[in-house]
Formats: sequence, C-alpha cells, structure tokens
Amino acid sequence: MEVRFTSCGDTAFNVEFGETIDRATNARVMALHARLKAAPPPGLVETVPTFRSLLVVYDPVTTSRCEMQAAVEAALAGSDAAPEEGRLWRLPVCYDPDLGPDLAELYDTLGLTAEQVAALHGSVEYFVYMLGFMPGFGYMGDLPAELERPRRTEPRVRVPAGSVAIAGRLTTVYPWESPGGWHLIGRCPVPLYDGDRPDPVLLAAGDRVRFEAVDRAAFDAIAEAANAGRFDPASLRAA
Amino acid sequence: MMAACLTVVRPGLFATIQDLGRFGFQELGMPVAGALDPVALRLANALVGNPQGTAGLEIALLGPALRVDAPAVRIAAVGPLALTLEREGDAPQPLAPHRSHTLRQGDVLRLGAVDGASVACLAVAGGFALAPVMGSLSTYVRAGIGPLGGRPLAEGDRLPLTRDSAPDGSDVELPQPPDYGAGPLRVVFGPQEDRFTDAAIDTFLSATYRVGKQADRMGLRLEGPALAHRGSADIPSDGLVTGSIQVPGNGQPILLLNDHQTAGGYAKIATVISADLPRAGRLRPGDSLSFQAVTVEEAEAIRRRREQAIAGWVRAIRPVRPTGGIDLEALYAENLISGTVDIVNGGSDIPLL
Repeated sequence: MEVRFTSCGDTAFNVEFGETIDRATNARVMALHARLKAAPPPGLVETVPTFRSLLVVYDPVTTSRCEMQAAVEAALAGSDAAPEEGRLWRLPVCYDPDLGPDLAELYDTLGLTAEQVAALHGSVEYFVYMLGFMPGFGYMGDLPAELERPRRTEPRVRVPAGSVAIAGRLTTVYPWESPGGWHLIGRCPVPLYDGDRPDPVLLAAGDRVRFEAVDRAAFDAIAEAANAGRFDPASLRAA
Repeated sequence: MMAACLTVVRPGLFATIQDLGRFGFQELGMPVAGALDPVALRLANALVGNPQGTAGLEIALLGPALRVDAPAVRIAAVGPLALTLEREGDAPQPLAPHRSHTLRQGDVLRLGAVDGASVACLAVAGGFALAPVMGSLSTYVRAGIGPLGGRPLAEGDRLPLTRDSAPDGSDVELPQPPDYGAGPLRVVFGPQEDRFTDAAIDTFLSATYRVGKQADRMGLRLEGPALAHRGSADIPSDGLVTGSIQVPGNGQPILLLNDHQTAGGYAKIATVISADLPRAGRLRPGDSLSFQAVTVEEAEAIRRRREQAIAGWVRAIRPVRPTGGIDLEALYAENLISGTVDIVNGGSDIPLL
C-alpha cells in the first residue's frame, strides 16, 4: 500500500502503512521509527509507533508540517532495511484460576481447560507491536487462533496489576491496576512498570516475549523478591 | 537551618506540579501530561524571572494554603484565582494575580477558588528543587508518575525550593490578564475524518456542544448532536495528541487533554489546533463550545501569531505601580501624556485617562 499522511492538528501527523494489524506492516512502522530516532530532523519532538502507523510529533514553532513531511519522505526513500531484532523476554505466568478469573468462562465458550489455555498461550513467541493504554502496556501478537475471543462486553472496573490477558489475536500483561475489557487468564509476578528501575518500563515496541508457566509457589517467590527489590528483570532476557 | 521550602498547610482539592509535559516517552505508553493551560504557566514563570517551561503548581477547583519556610520567596499566579496573604500580626490581605509578590518567612499564602476556568497556575522564583522523572516534573496522577510520587499535593508536603531568598529587583506585573481569544475552537480535520458521514461533518461544524460532567485532565466528554460513522467507530489503535477529538460508537465526541492515553482505537474526526489548546484546557463542565475548520498551514500561522502575542505580553511586564495616585513615570513611558498615541487608529489598548 502507498504510504498515507494524515493530519493530527499542527503538532503531529500519522504516516500510515496499511489498515491491518500484521507483522509486515508493523515492520515498516518500526523501520521508519528507528531511522527517525537515529537521525532526528530539526524540530522533531518524538515518534510513536503503533500497529500500522507512526505518529510523528513536531514543534510547529521551529518547523512546519511541510518541512517535517519532506524530512520523513526523505527518510522513507532511504534504505528499507529491517530494524534490529528486539530483545527476547521470558515472562513467568501462573495460570491459576484464582489469578485468571476468566479461565472458567474460556472453558465454557472454547472448551479448553486451564492447562490447555496455558499450553496454547505458551506455545508461540509473541511480538510487541506497540505500547499504549497505560505506561508499559504492550500489545503482543499473534495469539493462536484457538484462543481468539472478542473483548468482554462488560469491561471490568478493576483489573489487578500483573494480570495476563487475551483479546482478539492479542495478549498483554496489565502493568497497573486499571479498568480493562480483556479476558484474564493468569498473572505475571514481574512488574512491567517499576519506577525504581533505571528503565521503569520493561517492554519496548519490537521486543519479543515468550510466556512460561510457573506454579503458585514459584509465582509467590518471584512476586516477593520483586516487591523487595531483589528481582533483576535482566534475568528474564533470553540469551 | 532546614532547606528552603513551601509547606502545604492545607492541600486544596486538586493541585499538581506540572511543567510543559513529558515528551519523548510516548513510545513506552507514557502520557505527556503537563499544564492544561501552558500560557498561564509560561506567564507566571515570566513574572518571577524563570524560564517559561519551569514546573509550577497547577491549581484546579480550590487551591492549597502554603507556608513560606524560607527567608523569602517570590511567587506569581496567573488565572482566575483568589489569593490571600496571612502575615503574623496583620489582617489577611488579598493579593492580585497576574503580578509577582515577595513573601517572607512564616507567611501563609492561601490560594482560593478557581472561578472562570478549570485551572490557574502558580510559579515560584527558581522553581522547585525536585528530581525530574523521565526528564519532566509533570504529574500523571493515574499512574502515580512524577514528583511527590505522582499525586496531588497533600497536607504536610514540603515543596523544596531551589533558592532560599527572593531574586533582586522589585515585584512586576502584567499590564492585563492574557487574552485567550473567543469564538469557535479551531480544528484541523483528521486523521480519520473519512470515517464519518458528510452529515456528521456538517453537524460537527455547525452544532454547539457542552462539556459534560465527565471532564478531567484526560479529556472532556462533549454533549450534543451525535456524529455518525461510516461503518464502525473502531480503528486499529493509533497515536493520539492533546486536542484529538475521538468519537466512540455512541457518536458523542471526546476532546482529549494532556493526560490522554498515547494511543486509542476510536476514529478521530479532527484535532484542536495548538494555539487553541490553552482555551480547551480551561474549559469546565457546562461550558459551551463549537468548532471551526482551518488548514494545517492556517493553524501554523495562527500559532506563530499566538507566540508573538505571548512574547509581547512578556515584554510588557513592568514594575508594579504604587497603589493610589498617578504613576507619572509609567504614564510617560507609555506616551500617554506626550501625545504620541494614535487615538484615531487605536494604537494603544490602554484606556486614556
């Protein structure tokens, strides 16, 4: 698809690479993001990658839409080399029905036991398409088709921090307690946001994630260590 | 001696520390936050001699009471805010906004109700001696990010000051409060105006909307005629900016403000231009508003004129005139007596005596 520029007032525009959520489209978003980050044109404030478009934020006092779009077009015309592969994280998840309150409903609707949900959820490597909704909230895909479910019709008012959730062909870990409409299937004991870490947000767009099932005792032990500041998230990085 | 600070004697209802926003981390899902009325913050800073982007207090609804635990401090408030000085041995004394005041050790500054806009700003000379979080002192309350653990002021908080005395020089004032302009908020269509029916576009430009009760730093839910989508209201989530007007399935627009999420999955019909964002940030529940479309190029020109106006207001900051009597020096300075004012063409907006 042709690249499309759409306006967000006089401080930003979208560079749209498609209409769909897929790896090929997102790779073009991430490639432009990386290129503009490496060589920011004058007046660029920041770029925000999303599923199929890049938000280019600029300072309208020191540059203009016309100048910034020309700089972005020049960056697009450059090499289309894929950005460096993102980091791979192995995130522990406890798929205990106490921590995944929607497992019962998934059994009713999909006929899958908690063990089957855990096995399917852990069977693939996920790609972090983008972050949003709240600091550190990663939209990861693609979920195995067997687990695909639309969002809950009644969003929860309170989803506990650490909840591992699925919706559509996506999965996430809620970094904060917040309202939420995704199906909760377990919990991750490692905080996805921790203000005491030098880099408070764990995941970045472009990273890869594998979920590894742990039992309740292991979950409690990691959660306790993390609470006490004794858990190094670098230990989750795959070699 | 204890480090110079302002101590929060009463917290008020919702006072937060804000600068001009936490840019550069939206790719991690981090909202920008920052002052809802950046013009007020910039002018308040100018009045106390700070760089315009220095963090100050944003005061909503009812302000806090602050005790000066420093030999002296210079402050200035900009916005529709009542200030009262309580000084030991004196009767409480009202202080005017839009000028600086030099306070002494033990003084209590009571910031009253904010009336006429959603927020007002208070700046202190030198700013607060607080550690930035991700490069900014803006407070994002929903996730507890920013100074003071990312929450509004609480009783007993000590706001450390970078200076323990007021700067040299006398107090200064703005000749008049900032002019925010009037009329419809100007918008640039997009990024998804093609997701709306022609009738919805016409309605959006002709209708009057009202700010509903659900109005906070994240955004304003607007009440008025529904805007119909062509097909679904949902899009693959994409980036948002302050001023984005998103329209969920019920057709009621939401004008996003500084604490907006970094991305969202509802179609956005238009975006308020940057020059009009301070006006949008000042709206309160019950206020009416309408929209007028401009091009990006027009929006840029309007913004440049707005920056020139702000620079002009900053240049016009002058020493406070003595109360009572006529300040001849100031009158001469403004040419009101020397006869060079161009009355016919309205060359000055200062009323003739």
